[in-house]
Amino acid sequence: MFALGLIGLLVRRNLLFILMSIEVMLNAAGLAFVAAGARWGQADGQVMFLFILAVAAAEVAVGLALLLRLYHRFQSLDADAADEMRG
Amino acid sequence: MAVLFYIAALVAVLSTVLMLTRLNSVHALLYLTVSLLAVAVVFYTLGAIFMAVLEVVVYAGAIMVLFVFVVMVLNLGNRAVEIERAWVRPGMFTGPVILAAILGFEVAYLLMRTGSFTAPAAPVGPRQVALALYGPYLLGVELASFLLLGALVGAYHVGSRRAPGRMDGSGSDRIRVTAGGDLVRAGADRPSRPA
Repeated sequence: MFALGLIGLLVRRNLLFILMSIEVMLNAAGLAFVAAGARWGQADGQVMFLFILAVAAAEVAVGLALLLRLYHRFQSLDADAADEMRG
Repeated sequence: MAVLFYIAALVAVLSTVLMLTRLNSVHALLYLTVSLLAVAVVFYTLGAIFMAVLEVVVYAGAIMVLFVFVVMVLNLGNRAVEIERAWVRPGMFTGPVILAAILGFEVAYLLMRTGSFTAPAAPVGPRQVALALYGPYLLGVELASFLLLGALVGAYHVGSRRAPGRMDGSGSDRIRVTAGGDLVRAGADRPSRPA
């Protein structure tokens, strides 16, 4: 599933799909943590999943706010539309 | 139990593939929700019950609401009704409904045989997780709270439309020069991008 998220990140040029692919990748990493924790009977895997959950929530909030700003500026969700951005 | 695990994992991978191959963002959101629910069922079969609950509540609840909200905000305007009529056809529900029905049958089967619930190894209960979280990982909890507070303030600042051009990033000085300091109408003379 991590590979699927990475492929989605590379293939799609729509910013919304890129954000969703990042969600899939974080989710896959959390799944790997929980599976490893269940395999060896340790609680650390689920603790790491909680942290990944917090990171995903923070990332999606900031990412969607940036996406709204970009859409209002460029009227497009194409990731290549922002390549003229030069600070 | 192993069979249920593999079925749920198959549903998760399948719905993720279907999500990536959709052209329509609302369809992709439906499949992504089904994928997250399937991962929640996988957590349940692994014995991580509290994590399954959190997956449903936070991922499939809060984060999906954010995505749906943004998709709906981006499609405001006169064309919204006809776009919605074109998108929300009865046929679009069949794929996610079939995959979600598989998950529903799995959950019903798991709830039927609650008496003999045995996870593969010794299941890690919420009590152990809580003891580990507020024991050796207390610093991580504080860092997560820092991160969430920073994300809250950052999202508010980036998302507010009346934000001054100071933190705007992309060529704010140029815009201020061309607009003569009038930031309200800044960028009105920009060449329109092709959609």
